[in-house]
Amino acid sequence: MFHPAPRQLQAIKLTVFTAALLPLARLIWLGFADSLSANPIEFITRSTGDWTLYMLCLTLAVTPLRRILQWPWLIRLRRMLGLFCFFYAVLHFTTFLWFDHFFDIAEMWRDVLKRPFIAVGFTAFVLLIPLAATSSNAMVRRLGGKRWQWLHRLIYVIAPLGILHFWWMKAGKNDFAEPLLFGVIVAALLGARLYWRFARSKTAPLGAAPR
Amino acid sequence: MLIKHNPNGIDRPFASEITPREVFESRRHFIHQMALGTIAGGALMEMATREAFAQSATAQKLSAKANAAYVVVDKPTAYKDATSYNNFYEFGTDKGDPVKYADTLKTQPWTVSIEGEINKPQVLDLDGLRKLAPLEERIYRLRCVEGWSMVIPWIGYSLAELIKKVEPNGNAKYIELISLADKRQMPGLGSPVLDWPYVEGLRLDEARHPLTFLTLGMYGEVLPKQNGAPVRVVVPWKYGFKSAKSIVRIRFTRDQPKTAWNLAAPSEYGFYSNVNPGVDHPRWSQASERRIGEDSFFARKRKTLMFNGYAEVASLYTGMDLQKFF
Repeated sequence: MFHPAPRQLQAIKLTVFTAALLPLARLIWLGFADSLSANPIEFITRSTGDWTLYMLCLTLAVTPLRRILQWPWLIRLRRMLGLFCFFYAVLHFTTFLWFDHFFDIAEMWRDVLKRPFIAVGFTAFVLLIPLAATSSNAMVRRLGGKRWQWLHRLIYVIAPLGILHFWWMKAGKNDFAEPLLFGVIVAALLGARLYWRFARSKTAPLGAAPR
Repeated sequence: MLIKHNPNGIDRPFASEITPREVFESRRHFIHQMALGTIAGGALMEMATREAFAQSATAQKLSAKANAAYVVVDKPTAYKDATSYNNFYEFGTDKGDPVKYADTLKTQPWTVSIEGEINKPQVLDLDGLRKLAPLEERIYRLRCVEGWSMVIPWIGYSLAELIKKVEPNGNAKYIELISLADKRQMPGLGSPVLDWPYVEGLRLDEARHPLTFLTLGMYGEVLPKQNGAPVRVVVPWKYGFKSAKSIVRIRFTRDQPKTAWNLAAPSEYGFYSNVNPGVDHPRWSQASERRIGEDSFFARKRKTLMFNGYAEVASLYTGMDLQKFF
């Protein structure tokens, strides 16, 4: 069983941090090389949206993976991955608000209210904000572990909303291959949690310590 | 890059604003010479290779006289953008797919069968199509239903010329345009996105409108494969998907054709699909558009115009509720 020493863990964290910035670096690189396709804003919107979903899946994969691999230290990466999910969501939303709507807030609201796929994506983004805001150790202490955990279970709502947003965006073109793939991955990651919870409630007596 | 744009863009140009073709071509030549010379900077070389892209060895020239009645002030879209950012689902749903995969399309020999409610059904080959009427160049705006637009110099003639030749009978009310659907040539046909073949349609009076263009080329050359070679139509006041590509059959019918996009998502893609800023797509507003390659990154999107600025077609729809018949 692999268990990194503190210094190794630091190195792993640094590697993950750098890797998570690569998609942004790629966009900047392609931007300077004038290679963001004929429609750069669409390209950036799609790319940041995709990476929000990838980061979401990676964040949700931490718990099942640490259980299957018996690598409890993986939990030390989860906050960073979650914050990168938020980071790409912010870039995605900013692209929408800045380059697509040019900070025309009234027009943005019309879009949010009129169009379910934007409303769903917007809701998912808004729900991510309290999670990002309470990610520090100080906030965990301030909220107390139980309340903090309750709040962060919002991710189980946010994840399906994110998939639905992508699904609806593709719906008009009947092109479901990608949203289906994301859907299956998220369903598996959430399903694993349900399975373990169910299995535990069967074997463990009532009132047994969680986890 | 700061490019001034004209938000209403409908005005016809003053004659003095149109760059004469010789001047325009001599500029290209000059850039090319500069780039080939010893003073060539990287930027100039890049400009030259872009020009080279537009005149690749395989592309076949197609000469046509510019028709001054159909020119817009807007600057034509760069050839590279117009040929690398395409919706042509027969080659994949990504807009970069057609340019990657369309080389498998075999455009010679090609025939178009013209049939249905006409007195003179016939099969025309490319040569027959090219000689049916004098070729002219027209610069049209193209507005995609997805909210982007381009400006493209097409080569062809009014579809009305062909319609005249085949003599529709009294039953003909619509035309149906059917695209090639050959799995060996078109890898995208494996995907269930649409019911193949791709079918589009127009009411006969729309098809006869002088603006409706039977198109065999663009940018002075035969159509690139990703742009619907060897023959397509262009209907500039409608969203781009109405302009069927790689046509093999034209049928004159009594009943309104069942078109591919209308069948796939009737609430999103109507039969008429006239460009209309007042009728939103269910998932986005149609009030504005992004001009590919021209609007700079930090520019506001331009306002979309009714009928894409081609107000002369309005009389085709008098008395029709265009909210209902979108």
